[in-house]
Amino acid sequence: MPPESLRCKECKTEYPLEALYVCERCFGPLEVAYATETTSPAIDPAELKRRIQAGPGSLWRYADFLPTQGRGYPLPAGWTPLIRADRLAEELGLREVYVKNDAANPTHSFKDRVVSVALARARELGFKTIACASTGNLANAVAAHAAAAGLESFVFIPADLEEQKILATGIYGTNLVSVNGNYDEVNRLCTELAGEHEWAFVNINLRPYYAEGSKTLAYEIVEQLSWELPDRVVAPIASGSLFTKLARGFDEWLEAGLVAGELPRFNGAQAAGCSPVAQAFAAGRDFCQPVKPETIAKSLAIGNPADGPYALDLARRSGGRIDSVTDEEIREGIRLLARTTGIFTETAGGVTTAVLKQLADRGEIDRDERVVVLITGEGLKTLECARGTFETWEIEPTARSFEQARERLVLAA
Amino acid sequence: MAVNVKIPTQLRSATGGESVATVDGATVGEVLDALYARYGELRQRIAEDGGLRRFVNVYVDGEDIRFLAGLDTPVGDGGEVTILPAVAGGR
Repeated sequence: MPPESLRCKECKTEYPLEALYVCERCFGPLEVAYATETTSPAIDPAELKRRIQAGPGSLWRYADFLPTQGRGYPLPAGWTPLIRADRLAEELGLREVYVKNDAANPTHSFKDRVVSVALARARELGFKTIACASTGNLANAVAAHAAAAGLESFVFIPADLEEQKILATGIYGTNLVSVNGNYDEVNRLCTELAGEHEWAFVNINLRPYYAEGSKTLAYEIVEQLSWELPDRVVAPIASGSLFTKLARGFDEWLEAGLVAGELPRFNGAQAAGCSPVAQAFAAGRDFCQPVKPETIAKSLAIGNPADGPYALDLARRSGGRIDSVTDEEIREGIRLLARTTGIFTETAGGVTTAVLKQLADRGEIDRDERVVVLITGEGLKTLECARGTFETWEIEPTARSFEQARERLVLAA
Repeated sequence: MAVNVKIPTQLRSATGGESVATVDGATVGEVLDALYARYGELRQRIAEDGGLRRFVNVYVDGEDIRFLAGLDTPVGDGGEVTILPAVAGGR
């Protein structure tokens, strides 16, 4: 399935496989188009499967389905654990729940996947500098992957970003640009700069390639379920790109004959304080009204989601939904996942877990369904959300003091 | 009421390569009409049904017009209107 062109998702105009992301005719987003059976002979599914299984323990085992060969610098992403979460399932009254833990990536979020693919393609196109606008996970990934590949990088962040996120980016030796403005302003600035500099902005002019990296989550889920599909996927929605590319991943493998069945139901998860897609879903609209984000789930706080219309279409045609949860439910979701699976996730994972709970509580999930929940990032990145959620025993260094505390806190309870 | 309009790279083939156009208009709608009058091809690229295509973002002095008054948003003398594609994101 070699990549053939970039194609406008709206008007289908084709462009060469370069650093382009917008259709000049209608301004629609461009997406990588691959050869079809009529332009290139299909590969036998058994042979494809063998090639994948003989591949490396990273997302590059799926190079046949990516718009780049990609190997060439040593920071492999992907191939993260899919964990059967029986204690979580039991608590929710479900039978088969799996957690895809993408915090187990080099910089602890799924952004390592998309940056891997964007950076590999940027190198093939001859770029010497990569860049991004970010408030956290993407900044970490761009700085780290640029360091591993020996490329110069520019990371644009809002000036009021928390210190821990600045430190976890600057350490890799990137050019860290602190912009006196909020994330949307930083993003707008970078969209302007992308037109003026010969740089690869991973989530702007390299976006068609970048977005393809998310498909590898779907491939891994299928492979880790012994080449079967889940019945339902619960995933977070920020721009809507991950959500829609997961479906593309499943669809491509159905088409290639690597897996049989139907597209899973897609449940999207948003924070109530930034839920333009969930609001549009509830109102029956096919477009999103932009919002000003106000939520603790900063990694999902995109008020103007570029792939919103496609996410709405996917949820509807797969028989799924898009829901939102409050900041308190997000904190509770983080705790629920931690105490039933041993996985400490950031706020985005709290959003996803809380939406799963909401669906289960409402009885929307059949007890026999096989459900996969996507955990896209690491709890240590949003530590402040754990503050005040538990009590610490404070004692003197004597056995007596310990027993007294135990009596008070445990035996009394 | 002279207003500077910043043209994104993707539209410069319709403006003869110009990256900034100075036109007259008191609202975003008037500014865009003046722009279409000068560069006819721009209308079919970004306009649709009397409004804007859904992947076109327009800003007045840095603020998205969907948070203001849309095409009726006033633009001051010397103000700046920026047209950008709505294809970014991923934090």
